[in-house]
Amino acid sequence: MSQYYLSHLKELESEAIFVIREVVAQFEKPALLFSGGKDSIVLAYLSRKAFYPARIPFPLVHIDTGHNFPETIEYRDWLVNELGVKLIVGSVQESIDKGRAKEETGYNASRNSLQTVTLLDTIEQYKFDAAMGGARRDEEKARAKERFFSHRDEFGQWDPKNQRPELWNLFNGRKHQGEHFRVFPISNWTEMDVWQYIQSERIPIPKLYYAHQREVIERDGAILSTSPWLKLKPTEIPSVRTVRFRTCGDMPITGAVESTADTIEKIIEEVAASRKTERGTRADDKRSETAMEDRKKSGYF
Amino acid sequence: MNQLLRFTTAGSVDDGKSTLIGRLLYDSKSIFEDQLEAVEASSAKKGFDYVDLSLLTDGLKSEREQGITIDVAYRYFATPKRKFIIADTPGHIQYTRNMVTGASTANLALILIDARKGLVEQTYRHSFIASLLKIPHVIVCINKMDLVEYQEEVFEKIVDDYKAFSSKLEIHDIQFVPISALAGDNVVNRSENMDWYQGATLLHMLETVHIESDHNHIDSRFPVQYVVRPQTQSHQDFRGYAGRISGGIFRAGDDILVLPSGFTSKIKSIQIGEEVIDQAFAPMSVTMTLEDEIDISRGDIIAKPNNHPQSEQDVDVMLCWMNQRPVNLNTKFFVRHTTKEVKGVLKEIQYKLDINSLQRVENVDQLTMNEIARVKIRTAQPLAFDSYRKNRITGSIILVDEGTNETVAAGMIV
Repeated sequence: MSQYYLSHLKELESEAIFVIREVVAQFEKPALLFSGGKDSIVLAYLSRKAFYPARIPFPLVHIDTGHNFPETIEYRDWLVNELGVKLIVGSVQESIDKGRAKEETGYNASRNSLQTVTLLDTIEQYKFDAAMGGARRDEEKARAKERFFSHRDEFGQWDPKNQRPELWNLFNGRKHQGEHFRVFPISNWTEMDVWQYIQSERIPIPKLYYAHQREVIERDGAILSTSPWLKLKPTEIPSVRTVRFRTCGDMPITGAVESTADTIEKIIEEVAASRKTERGTRADDKRSETAMEDRKKSGYF
Repeated sequence: MNQLLRFTTAGSVDDGKSTLIGRLLYDSKSIFEDQLEAVEASSAKKGFDYVDLSLLTDGLKSEREQGITIDVAYRYFATPKRKFIIADTPGHIQYTRNMVTGASTANLALILIDARKGLVEQTYRHSFIASLLKIPHVIVCINKMDLVEYQEEVFEKIVDDYKAFSSKLEIHDIQFVPISALAGDNVVNRSENMDWYQGATLLHMLETVHIESDHNHIDSRFPVQYVVRPQTQSHQDFRGYAGRISGGIFRAGDDILVLPSGFTSKIKSIQIGEEVIDQAFAPMSVTMTLEDEIDISRGDIIAKPNNHPQSEQDVDVMLCWMNQRPVNLNTKFFVRHTTKEVKGVLKEIQYKLDINSLQRVENVDQLTMNEIARVKIRTAQPLAFDSYRKNRITGSIILVDEGTNETVAAGMIV
């Protein structure tokens, strides 16, 4: 007799597909926020499964800091073609040029927080009423309390103390004119689940995630790739090391880890043995204890 | 095959709930070095001489300032046997709505009892909510055994008291375990201080509790979520019904009945993405095609001709009111049930329940936040529903305020 139960990955997949379909059913103009990172890649593949054999009925939106790893852009363009989905790019550079955002200065300057302005402008320009993202609750403590359907007021802000209760699989996407929702279909996935899913579904991922040789420097315990946007201190001498990335964000602040994991199997082994969270490699979260919560309230991903 | 177990914990600051979660995460090696370092630093900043593991679970700034958990926080850990999702909720009466939220998706509830205090008001409240929300399994952790010299008599007395009380509730699977979350006894590792206890550790219970039958696999229910119509050259005539199975088993070739229309047909195919599958069961998200072209849209329920939900406009509900503004008779709402939304009105409040004493209070015409009551709701169109006892998905509703759009209540259909 067959067993009527699912593996944890299949259950998480089923939950995510349900949420993605709920978004398309409840909203008029949804979009998928695509960063080029593994979480948003998994989200794009789940979206394909949700609507097959129809095409994904919403565009991918990339908020482009202009400080990307070239591998991210190469992969993004390949994926858009592979899935037959529309791509919309919101440019942080344009927001800066228009005076909507102000570039940070100094050694740890990053365009990461500037993305919020561009993101909200893009949502307004295209009148998106739901923006799906690949954020997970296990990533960071402020995210542990995030809903699947997260309501944003007309200024794009999150009010963590006034969230709608979310029960069973009944998601309430009702809203007033000008408000929108952020939706997180893979809320319940962990980093390990994402990797195991990539493995079991044979999802191609950007080369950055695999061990490779790269010119890097070490700063405050983080390994940073050299790039035109990384201002070196006089004492910082770049060297070539074998590294890989656990997340892929804004190039000057995304830390690498020393690794020889050049296959998915080896990456999973490494993730299983890792004693540090993946966001531990992100300089932006280290600014203060509530850095993520503060950014989220103002409309960050 | 690794399964997913969702469990809920409820408790207040001093009953050791956060310490227990910290212990589970720590002993199962699910806490990362940088998380631990951050907590150590915060503990030191507050002048504590120990590492306060509760800081791991209190996510929002205001919570950390006040040292309490306000909202439902979700935690994740895995062992080689299972993956776990913890819905960590505050236990105080003013947070009943959060407990109900956490309980709605849980397979199991962890109930903590302080060995020194025995059963207290919170124990009754948490157990009642577990029973009301039909959480299939309960583990009662008798905590702080180190503070009662690990005495077997203390444990046995609490077990007897709990059994006497819980016989009034609908909880079918209850296990008991004596622990010390602080010292680590019987949480992940077996205690050397309680050789009189022959049972399993808490983690072992979590890893082995039988959850395969938690979903209803008898009464076939498929709420249609979305109609997939590719309208492309290669799939000109494809018309698929997408949704998540909420009960029973569907196979290609099965006769089906659509509600509310009453149309019948046969299942032509079932697929997940490109993969065609033989059978589908809860909680799978699938796309189904039928032999006949019939009019089906979001909100319809596909069931079997010889086993289908009842379709009615008057619904008896156990309602948990969740909004700060009280509700009066004849208030109108949007009612959300599976993938359907209809208008509804609160017709009658039969009684409300004192959730500490389980006493019924009659002659009520208003409900305030965190109150639970048996009510009658009339809907503008019929809903095809089951009792919550039979199916937690087709038996549940939420109420949405027409003006603010907030989710204001959760209901379990009687």
